[in-house]
Formats: sequence, C-alpha cells, structure tokens
Amino acid sequence: MALSGIQIFKLTPKKNCKECGSPTCMAFAMKVAQGAKKIEECPYMSDDALAQLSEATAPPMKTIKVGAGDNEHTLGGETVLYRHEKTFVNKTLYAAKVCSCMDDAEIEARLAQVPAVDYERISERMYTEMIYVNQAPSAGTDKFVELAKKAAAIRPVILDAKDEEAAKAAVDAVKDTKPVLMGANASNYEAFCKIAADAGVVLGVSGTSIEELYDTVAALEKLGNKNLIIDVTLDSIKATFEAAVLVRRTALKDNDRTFGYPSIVNLTKLTDDKTMEEALVTLFTMKYGSIVIVDKMDYATALPLYGLRQNLFTDPQKPMKVAPGIYPLNGADENSVCLTTVDFALTYFLVSGELERSGVPVNLVISDAGGLSVLTSWAAGKFSSTSISKYILENVADKVKSRKLIIPGKVAVLKGDLEAKLPGWEIVVAPLEAVQLVKFLKDMKANGEI
Amino acid sequence: MPFNRKLQKFSASINEVEIGTGDKAVKLGGQNVLPFYFFDGSLGNGCKIGVEISDLGIENDAEGVKAYYAGCNTIGEMAKKASEMPGADFVVLRLEGGDPNGLNKPVDELIAIVKEVADATDAPLVVEGCKNVEKDAELLPKVAEVLQGRNALIMSAKEENYKAVGAAAGLAYGQKVGAESAVDINLAKQLNVVLTQLGVAAQSIVMNTGSAAVGYGFDYTISTFDRVRAAALGQDDKMLQMPIITPVSSETWTVKESTASEEDEPAWGPVEERGVSMEVQTAVACLVSGSDAVIVKHPQTVATLSQLIKELA
Ligand code: B12
Ligand code: SF4
Repeated sequence: MALSGIQIFKLTPKKNCKECGSPTCMAFAMKVAQGAKKIEECPYMSDDALAQLSEATAPPMKTIKVGAGDNEHTLGGETVLYRHEKTFVNKTLYAAKVCSCMDDAEIEARLAQVPAVDYERISERMYTEMIYVNQAPSAGTDKFVELAKKAAAIRPVILDAKDEEAAKAAVDAVKDTKPVLMGANASNYEAFCKIAADAGVVLGVSGTSIEELYDTVAALEKLGNKNLIIDVTLDSIKATFEAAVLVRRTALKDNDRTFGYPSIVNLTKLTDDKTMEEALVTLFTMKYGSIVIVDKMDYATALPLYGLRQNLFTDPQKPMKVAPGIYPLNGADENSVCLTTVDFALTYFLVSGELERSGVPVNLVISDAGGLSVLTSWAAGKFSSTSISKYILENVADKVKSRKLIIPGKVAVLKGDLEAKLPGWEIVVAPLEAVQLVKFLKDMKANGEI
Repeated sequence: MPFNRKLQKFSASINEVEIGTGDKAVKLGGQNVLPFYFFDGSLGNGCKIGVEISDLGIENDAEGVKAYYAGCNTIGEMAKKASEMPGADFVVLRLEGGDPNGLNKPVDELIAIVKEVADATDAPLVVEGCKNVEKDAELLPKVAEVLQGRNALIMSAKEENYKAVGAAAGLAYGQKVGAESAVDINLAKQLNVVLTQLGVAAQSIVMNTGSAAVGYGFDYTISTFDRVRAAALGQDDKMLQMPIITPVSSETWTVKESTASEEDEPAWGPVEERGVSMEVQTAVACLVSGSDAVIVKHPQTVATLSQLIKELA
C-alpha cells in the first residue's frame, strides 16, 4: 500500500540537513510519496525505517517466475483489477494435461499435441506454454517421474504429486527446468515446502476452502517461502470462481499480501465437457487465473482464447499501429494492383495474412487512419475518400503504374467519391471480410482483371 | 490472523427490466454486484440467453444450427423451435434483409415476418433492425406497433435515430427500447440521457454498449462494460443502471476462425467446433464483464451458457 507523505515523514531522521536536495525532511517525504524521489537519497534513514518502507511500498502481488531459459515465464505482478485502470502486465498461461493414469499411446498423443498449436497473431507467439503432469495415486512414483521428465523436455511442467516421495523424486528429476510443484496443503506443507525450497522451484498451495488456503500460505510464509502460487481450484465451479476473485481482490484492493500471489485454476477437476471447458477457460482468463490448466489445447479452443487474452492484456493507452506506406506483397512491382486498408495493427495483420495466402502480387497501401479499424476510422472521418485519395495522389500515384484500387467491403460507400477524386483510377469494392480475399483475388486473376 | 472476508457492497443496483408477458416473461438486471459475484450480494435475475433467428433463414449457418431447425419450413416454425431450445430465455428476430446495401426488403414484407413470428410463439421477443439507421428509423417504429401488447425489446435506437425508435417503442406502443452505442461509456450515457429526456422511462431501457468477437477489438468492449458497471454500482449513476444486452452471434460467425474451411486451414480442425468455441467464448467474456443477456444461435452454445449460468447462480 502506498504511504502518505506524513507517514513517510515520521520515518525520516528529521534533521533538515538538505543533503537529499530538499529544503526539509517534510518536503523530501512529500516527494517520495509522489514517486519523485527515492528514499535512498537520504543518507540518514535508519535500517529499520528502510525495512518498514520497503515492506509498505512492495507491490501488492508478487512476481513469480516459472520455467528456465527460453521457456521462462513471468506470472503475477498485477496492480489493478480492471484493465482500464492501468494495464494488466503478465498474461495468463495455459497448460495441457497428461496423467500417469494414461496409457502410453494416450500420453504420446497428448505430448505430441502440445507443440501442434503454435502460431503468431500480431507479433505475439500463441502456444501452449506449460504441461500439467498429474500423478495417479495408483500408478506409483516411477511412472510419474518418467512422465515428468518427458513432459519437461517439451515445456515447463506443473507437477501434481500425491505424496512426498513422488514429489521429491519428480522435482529432483526436472528441477533444472524450473517446474511448479503443486500439492502443498494444510497437512503436508512443511515437507512440500522443503522439497520446493531445496530445489529452488515454485510451490503450488492447495486447500479445501479459501480460509484454509489463506492459513496455509501464511504458514508457508512463516517458514520463509514466498515463492508460491495459489491453486484456487475448489470442489465446484462456483467455489473456484469465488476463490479466484477473492484471492486477487484481497491482495489488490484490500492490500492483504498473504494472497498476493499468482493463481492456478485446474479445469480438469471441474468439468469433462469440452465446450464447458471452453466457457470456463474464458471465465478464468478474464477473472484472474494466472495459469489455467485445460485437458487439451487444440485450435478450436486456442483461436478465440488467445485472441481474447491478447485483447485483455494489451495496454489500453496505446493503439497498436503500423506505419503508413506501400507494402509490396508476393513480389509485387509497379504494375501490380493496389489494395488499401487502415493502419490498425490487427487489421493490417489480418489483411496482409490473407493477401500472402492468396499468392497474388499486390501493393498494400496503408494511410494514416489513426490506428483505428476500418469502420471506426471511417466513422471518425479518418478513413475517407479525401484521406485515401490524398494519400494515393501524394505517395502512390508516382510510384505505381497500375490504376486499379481495391477498397475494403465495409467502406463500399466510398466508391463513388473516390472515383470522383481519383480520375483515371478504377475503384473495386472487395468483400466484407479479409478471409474472403483469397478467393476474391484468385477470381479476379482468373478473369484477367489483374 | 485468519482470512478476513471483505465484501464489495454497493447501495445501488441495476434496473430490473421485464420483457415478454405471461409466465414466459423474463426479467433482466436487478443485481447489486459485479457480474457473477454472488458472494458479495444478490445476482438479481441472473444472466439470460436469447436465440437469434433471421429473416434471411439459416442457409449460411452451421450444420448444428441447420439440424436443429430441420423440418421448419417457415420463419414462424423456426421462431417456435427457437423458443423451445433448451436453455433459451427469449427469441431474437434479426431483420437483416432490410439493409439497403443488401436485399433491401421493403418494410411491409419485414413487418409481415414480425407478425408471423409473434403469432408463432408466446416467448418474449427481441427484434433487431437491419443496422442502417435511416431504414431502421422507418422499420422499427412499425415493428413496435405490430407487437403492441407483447412487451418486446426493440433494438436499436442509436444516436442518429433514437427519436423515431424511442418515441414509437418506448412511448407510443409500450415496448422496451434497446439503446445502442459505440463502445464508449460517455456515448452510452448520453444516449440514455436523451432517451429519457424524450420521455422514455429509464426502466424501459436496455443498453447495447457495443460488441465484437474476442480478438477483434474486444479490449474496448471489456473496458466499456467494466466502466459502465463501476459507474452504475459504485457511483450510483442512474443513467448507466440499465441492464446490458449484447449480440454475440452476429459478430462471431463471420470471422475467419469460424468460417475458414478445413481445406484451407487443415491444422485447425472442424469448422463447426471452431464456430461454437468462438461463440461460447465471446458470450462468456461478455457475461463476465457485464452483459445481462447475450444473443447467440448454436444449440450447443445455448446449452453450455445456460449450464454455466446455473453453476454460478
Ligand atoms: C473497438 C471499437 C472501437 C475502438 C477503436 C479500436 C480501434 N483500434 O479501431 C474505439 C472505442 C476507440 C472506437 C471508437 C469509435 N467507434 Co468504434 N468500434 C469498435 C468495434 C467494437 C470493433 C472494431 C474492431 O477492432 N474491429 C476489428 C478490425 C480487424 O476490423 P476491420 O478493421 O474492419 O477489419 C476487418 C474487415 O474490415 C476486413 N478488412 C479490412 N481491410 C480490408 C481490406 C480489404 C480489401 C478486404 C477485402 C477486407 C478488409 O478485415 C478485417 C477482418 O475481416 C466496432 C464494432 C465491431 N464489432 O466491429 C465499433 C464500430 C466500428 N465503431 C463505431 C463508431 C461509430 C465509433 C465512433 C465514431 C463512436 C463515436 N461517435 O465516437 C468512435 C470513432 C473513433 C474516434 N472518434 O476516435 C461503429 C461504426 C458504425 C458504422 N457502421 O459506421 C461500430 C461499427 C460500432 C457500432 N455498431 O456502432 N471504436
Ligand atoms: S537528507 Fe534526510 S535528514 Fe537530511 S533533509 Fe533530507 S530527508 Fe531530512
């Protein structure tokens, strides 16, 4: 929690010696409260006061790292409950499940499925970041450890061990990959704490109620372990939702740092229905899961989910833009047709992706539309017959010989005005959606229109 | 120290708005908590699900949608079937064919469709125009007129045509008015202000504060919901306490994720599964941010959403 200037003032030595560059200790304290100065700039602060201040000014939610090397991920560190208040910083990660209860064929198939979903969306890699390795009590330690090793070779793992022996064996086998050890609870936390701490890995705390989770976290902190993740999965969807929200809210709104850790939601314990799992993975991405464990991640689940996550975690203050210009695609030259759209990064990504897929040489013309979507910029007057024709006349007409311009279907209304403002140009209205471009361009080509 | 459970109590609540009549009528809103936060207080009437049908039929719809309506020959039969979809709370008729840039169906023809639908089912009705503001200004008042006595929700009154739509639906014919604004809290509020100044009761307004498919500008949709609810509950802003309805299917079934063929995207798997996933995920994202009702169309989506709403009640 932020301290007020007065609270900070009480901790200063009150010497008014000006060595910090401020006329008085009071003035200095006020500046520290505003973030304009750092407390270390006063050489006379007592260690005790510094400790109190650092405790009080520590972020409400810890930042925890999982995985190693290129596979390292950062969780937590959030400071707000709603994206418009500032921005969410560390996106939700997804883990797919394998279990030592599965037969070899099933395990192979699942491990092979993990890297199968891997693609790019507006400069962000979209893939299944982690693997959840569950120990079936009946299957014993050896199979679990073998499975952990196999999985850890592919992605950072979350180890759900059922007893100390299995926990220790699995952690020791893969500790260099920085797994998460799950399964610490009210009855075994001391032993699990030691295993995790000795190996330097993150410990996942489970419980049967929010109160129990809280007590176990507090007990672990007392043992000196602050490298934790809270498993908010309880015995129903309803209870899990409550826990996910309350853990985050208690930390950020009520400033209680005992719950200031990232959370894990294990959907495989809440449903076996795929469509319900899709509903839940959305729910817990929006409401505060730092890691969400699904049964399997396939494209049907991933495509909407990763799009949502990208929206949720973008900085609300910064529109994502691309630079205006002529982008020649598929080996386009001065004789190739022109096609225009806006400078909104998402639109550019979708349209250029389809154009590349078509294989047809096209000069993609991007003008300054304020970083807005086609209809938004059109409604705002930033993608108009005037702005487009001006850009074409000033920046394109002398570089490109083709006199054909394809415009987005959503602004079909601009055709007439554009024809009037761009004499000698033929204006072609394309379909509404980018996905229709491939067929559209191929048809145009087949008909000899381009 | 044990866990100290702090509730987030609001003294304000979301307006309760009823649509439909008789024992099938549904109420939206009434809660004094953030979406699904049952632990803080009352969820009011809970979230509701509308099933979309269109005057354009189901030709372009997913196989599962076609299969559900198999055997229906008229829009009336479809409306009845839609109202019987397990988990559905109301029926939404979209008059897409009215769009002057599309089929440009005359108003009379569309009104005949509205009548046929109204005669076929006694479920609560929501009617969406064709999105063209001039055509809707002509069409929607007539829709409000023929649905007199049905307590229907007429979508949408916008900045450009709220006078015509609001006056007919909200004043002359006693329907509920859908106020549609473009993903911005100030625009949403302004529209509610002018509608109430026109004389429409605040309790007769349901908002559509904007919708998009997840991944497609949905960031703004989320923040608009979040901010509208913070103002309505936290600051007791009476001009933002209307329940929110969000059309989902009209956004999600046209994007690439739901339309690209398996041939074009072999790794992606069956098209229909992707379409359902897109619809389900967008709908859930809307509900958990602030929608009191979502409009969808696939039977599997409706079943899943209704199950989720029950689980969280
Ligand atoms: C998010 C959003 C915003 C955000 C802006 C985000 C952004 N970066 O653009 C904010 C909140 C700022 C905003 C503001 C406004 N918005 Co706005 N907004 C939206 C929303 C919800 C999504 C837009 C989006 O991101 N789409 C995704 C992108 C990828 O779509 P796209 O650019 O069109 O690209 C697709 C196709 O067009 C195609 N495509 C693109 N180029 C090309 C080219 C070719 C050749 C082809 C074939 C295809 C193609 O590819 C893409 C995928 O298929 C839409 C509603 C909706 N669901 O669409 C309303 C919407 C676009 N906004 C609207 C309005 C009115 C406004 C405002 C004017 C409101 C106001 N009065 O202030 C302002 C204007 C902005 C300003 N004054 O600065 C209206 C436009 C109405 C209309 N039909 O004219 C809409 C439709 C909402 C509505 N129903 O009322 N908006
Ligand atoms: S250096 Fe420290 S003691 Fe000296 S004036 Fe600044 S705050 Fe006060």
